[in-house]
Amino acid sequence: MINYALDLGQTAKPEAVMFYILAPLAVISAIGMLTVKKAVHSAILLAWVMITLAIFYIAQDAAFLGIVQVVVYTGAVMMLFLFILMLVGVDSSESLTETIKGLRWIAITASLGFGGLIISLLGRATLGRQSIGLVDANSNGNVEGLAQLIFSDYVWPFEVVSALLITAALGAMVLAHHERTVKRATQREQSQARFRSGSLAAAAGLPGPGVFALHNAVDVPALLPDGTPAPTSISATLKARGDMLDSAQYQLDNNDNVAEDK
Amino acid sequence: MNSANYLYLSALLFTIGAVGVVIRRNAIVVFMCVELMLNAANLSLVTFSRINGNLDGQIVAFFTMVVAACEVVVGLAIIVTIYRSRRSASVDDANLLKR
Repeated sequence: MINYALDLGQTAKPEAVMFYILAPLAVISAIGMLTVKKAVHSAILLAWVMITLAIFYIAQDAAFLGIVQVVVYTGAVMMLFLFILMLVGVDSSESLTETIKGLRWIAITASLGFGGLIISLLGRATLGRQSIGLVDANSNGNVEGLAQLIFSDYVWPFEVVSALLITAALGAMVLAHHERTVKRATQREQSQARFRSGSLAAAAGLPGPGVFALHNAVDVPALLPDGTPAPTSISATLKARGDMLDSAQYQLDNNDNVAEDK
Repeated sequence: MNSANYLYLSALLFTIGAVGVVIRRNAIVVFMCVELMLNAANLSLVTFSRINGNLDGQIVAFFTMVVAACEVVVGLAIIVTIYRSRRSASVDDANLLKR
């Protein structure tokens, strides 16, 4: 058993050092991805895992795939994820409470079994076999070797994959497209609707933030003439994010009191 | 020289991704976990290519990347479409077929 454990640790020197530094970091950030609450943090951690994998690819004589991993995954795919996170916006952080009771523990137990199974199988299947290495296969260069294969043995899958890419692009366009069901209101119609909506106060437009308060900023609600804050003067997004400041501390009479105390 | 370490790492990452798919409820995070699983599989393909001394494994990993890119594009488009109609990106809220 001890020999078995020692055998696991044998990797060539510089590569081993790199592996034992980066692999735990990759695993930790992958676990962190599951446990952090905000989706943006998950995305950053996943980007780090992908960069680590790119380094591993390059270390394993797959230079082309390493570069493609950085360009396609950490570049394009993660950028797309962040894009969608920004679109989907404020409520993208989720509550981590479970809806199905006990699901989390069942999942963790099942995954421990699954992971243990794969790892023990791998240990039995590959240990004791020397890896051949890619020195021969890469003798003309990694990119040349791959190109030779793609355009000879794998030319048919390559064509099919190109058809798949086009289909995916079309599919995304069809899904993202949406037709206007009602005509866009003109400026004239908008102003008529404002005046006919009942309250004349709304017809004049919403108040700007910070007006009549001693602090003039977008996150401070305006004060109405009677001293109460006007919630309509703040952008709904700021309100939902909880970034709204309380305007009471900026009220005029409050400040006068402070001055008198001094 | 033992390349098996990469395979163990790949198995670990795949398992973590699978747990994430089950326990997270935000559709985008679930999707990122699927990406993690695909990446883990790619790492094992690259390692197998090195163990066997030919480039076929790398070719397959390359194709996996292309398929993953397509999957991300269509999947995110679906998430945006669902978000547009249901105002939520949680996988629990898309239960219209149940009612």
